[in-house]
Amino acid sequence: MGITLPILILAIPVAMFLILGIGGVFMSRKTAGVLGILGMGTTMTLAYIVAFTYFFSGSPEFIVEGVRQQVQLFDVTWLAFTQKLVVNIGFILDPISAMMLVVITTISFMVHLYSWGYMEHEPGFQRYYAFLSLFSFSMLGLVVATNIFQMYIFWELVGVSSYLLIGFFYKLPSAVSASKKAFIVTRFADLGFLIGILVLSYYSESFNFITLTHNPESVLMSTGGATFMGCSALTWAMVLIFVGGMGKSAMMPLHIWLPDAMEGPTPVSALIHAATMVVAGVYLVARMFPLYCVVDASLTFVTCVGAITAFYAAVVACTQLDIKRVLAFSTISQIAFMMVSLGVAYDRPIEGIHYTGLGYMAGMFHLFTHAMFKALLFLGAGALIHAVHSNNYTKMGGLRKYMPITHLTFLIGCLAIAGIWPFSGFFSKDEMLAAMFANHWFWGAWMTMVAGLTAFYMFRLYYLIFWWDENPEYAEHRPHDAPWQMSVPLIFLAAVSCVAGFIPFGELVTWNGEPYHIHIEGAVAATSLTVAVLAIALATVMYRKKNEWPARVKNMWPGLWTAAYHRFYWDEIYMFITHKIIFGGICRSIAWFDRHVIDGAMNGMAWITQKTSFAIRGMQSGQIQAYVLWYFLGALLLAAVTWLALI
Amino acid sequence: MDLSMLWYLVPSVVMLACGVYGFVTRKNLIAILISLELILNSADLNFVVFNRYLFPDMMEGMVFTLFSIAIAAAETAVAIAIIINVYRAVGATDINIVNKMKH
Amino acid sequence: MDSVGNIIVYFIVALAIVVFSVLAVKSKRILRSATYLLFVLLATAVAYFQLGYQFLGAVQVAVYAGGIMVLFVFSILLTHKPDDKSGTIESHRRVLGIVASAAGAVLLLFALFYMPLPHDTSLAEALAGGPQITMHDIGEAFVGSNRFQYLLPFEAISVLLLACIIGGVVVARKR
Repeated sequence: MGITLPILILAIPVAMFLILGIGGVFMSRKTAGVLGILGMGTTMTLAYIVAFTYFFSGSPEFIVEGVRQQVQLFDVTWLAFTQKLVVNIGFILDPISAMMLVVITTISFMVHLYSWGYMEHEPGFQRYYAFLSLFSFSMLGLVVATNIFQMYIFWELVGVSSYLLIGFFYKLPSAVSASKKAFIVTRFADLGFLIGILVLSYYSESFNFITLTHNPESVLMSTGGATFMGCSALTWAMVLIFVGGMGKSAMMPLHIWLPDAMEGPTPVSALIHAATMVVAGVYLVARMFPLYCVVDASLTFVTCVGAITAFYAAVVACTQLDIKRVLAFSTISQIAFMMVSLGVAYDRPIEGIHYTGLGYMAGMFHLFTHAMFKALLFLGAGALIHAVHSNNYTKMGGLRKYMPITHLTFLIGCLAIAGIWPFSGFFSKDEMLAAMFANHWFWGAWMTMVAGLTAFYMFRLYYLIFWWDENPEYAEHRPHDAPWQMSVPLIFLAAVSCVAGFIPFGELVTWNGEPYHIHIEGAVAATSLTVAVLAIALATVMYRKKNEWPARVKNMWPGLWTAAYHRFYWDEIYMFITHKIIFGGICRSIAWFDRHVIDGAMNGMAWITQKTSFAIRGMQSGQIQAYVLWYFLGALLLAAVTWLALI
Repeated sequence: MDLSMLWYLVPSVVMLACGVYGFVTRKNLIAILISLELILNSADLNFVVFNRYLFPDMMEGMVFTLFSIAIAAAETAVAIAIIINVYRAVGATDINIVNKMKH
Repeated sequence: MDSVGNIIVYFIVALAIVVFSVLAVKSKRILRSATYLLFVLLATAVAYFQLGYQFLGAVQVAVYAGGIMVLFVFSILLTHKPDDKSGTIESHRRVLGIVASAAGAVLLLFALFYMPLPHDTSLAEALAGGPQITMHDIGEAFVGSNRFQYLLPFEAISVLLLACIIGGVVVARKR
């Protein structure tokens, strides 16, 4: 494969960004929208061509003896600091990057199309499309990065795009603070990423993924047994890199920005905060997976963080009122699912069966299916918000009669996420749970419980929106289905969610390129399906019609409910830490030091100068003779000193 | 008895000392100017003496003195013009009157 | 060994310089002070002659003792009213002045006596050491542009003098 296609895939979005960003003000909305959609459509087509060539052409460039290869389509030196410290820009093609190309361009195209209807009446329409293009460019650059540093650059770029898009309604204070929060929290996490990169490249003397991942043992050797606080340097590096992923992927305790990021336009939430950017952390771990494998501790860390986050987010999602927040916590929970899946995937034969890479494959599979159905759910939520002009589901209810398309597609999304056969979520979730059970029964049981919770809160949401009790306001403002630009993406994504499970994913995306044959584990599948069905049944009982059950359950554990509703006070904890401890304690003392010691020193100098000047200002008498006298005596003194020095 | 260069330099030092004394103590502007001329003259004499005794085959000290005399003349002319102007303005040439420089 | 004539002339010159310098700064009357200055200048001119710089001595007499003194006398006459106590001038800060001048003199004398100067060269030897400077030499030195030739300073001085003429006129003219 030449380099034209890969360069075009990156160049078209960035060109669109420049054209729409600079020329947007001179364009009508229609021109800008059509341009953006066409640009993204072209990119999508090219990305499909690349991905299909990679997976199905069978060319020896990409597949050797049944093993898929990692190929750098190009890799040019960009910054050469020293002989060894070289930053490249390139385009890597391997199973996960090809898959991500498909995911990103598909979702991005759908969102472009959807936004044409959704954002039609918003001011700044052209700017919006420019930012969408910027984001697409950054995300594509991130997934095709050939080296860790390029990834870091694009990592920050997606952060910026996310910031710009969350704060798109910049006149709303809440949007502004949400964008700042997202940026600061992820930026804070990226500090860990950067330090991790530095530690890793310090020892391995390379940024390149292929160099690093093809020989993880030698990277481990190169650290020469350097340890810090009982863990090896490589463990630290990988954990720190994972901290960057935690920030982007909203893992506990850095998840606080994602629910607030829902202040952005809903299609943006679908694109960035559900399908693509937030899985960058998962992608990062997957990209460096062989390195994680050689240091088990870091993978265990990934697993623990994922498991805690998944459960936490699922519990919180059960109590939220804002449909986008429910979806946001659901996203956190599902991404955590993928993290756990990656975390349990390391090389260890159990009872004779070699499960290596099952979790990896399953996590990637879930990344794919989740991107589709979560984007579908968000876009559906957008259609609902578009119809009833509120994020809050107390303003909804009984909408199934008014919005049949939205209802059906949303139901498909809910079934997919709940893991009901034959929707896509079932297959990926089943593989993940199988991998977890294979690692340890505890992870399997724990995550099955989370899967049950997922089914419960998704159907709670579904019933509260589409069943429950009709909002009387519908009489004056009758909700209706969205225009075609919004319906087409919904239908498309729903269709994908229906059939994506039957993709032979194991043949395509595995950690080492060798195909993995997926086989449904009967026991695991039955368990998870049973749990999901029971959870859905419970949700049906509680929320199908207006009744007293929800209130009764709520009153059964009021403390728990309130805590979950307030997201277990994580924001308050952060507020306490930042405001009370950092601002109040550290900053105030520093400010005191600055004001009294540093300023005091300066003021003291000024005071001394002033006093001295007042004391000696009588010397400026205006009498030339006095001046001459002083001058003459000074000159004499100088002469005497010089003379003495010469002698 | 030889007339070595010291013989000429000592009167020059006396002239300089007198000039400094006069410059510092006089109250009249013209008298100050006179003291200034003394100082200048002592410097001129030094140039010439050093030229004669140390570098007798050259004439740089003399040339410098010539320039110095020319500049002294110019300076005196301007200074006197200023003094006359001050006198016109304040009616005196007393140094104590002309101390507005401190403001 | 210098000639007795030279020694006598020297003593007259030295005495005149010392005495009239002191008088020039001590005299109560401004006009007298100016006159004593004239004597000092003339004595210096004699010293120049004696040191073999005839042209310089002539310039000293003509410019300093002639031109500048005339300026002094005129300015004194212009700034002192006839009914004044005809130019009595006062002194102040005498102690400071004495201290300053004495300090300067002491330092310079120390320097003179401790510096490795050729103390044993007599005036006759010094005069014999160099050629007689003619007007021709001086003229060439002033309008040449080689090493030890001073066309540029000469022109600069002429411009300076022009500036002084204009400045003097501008400053002193009646408004």
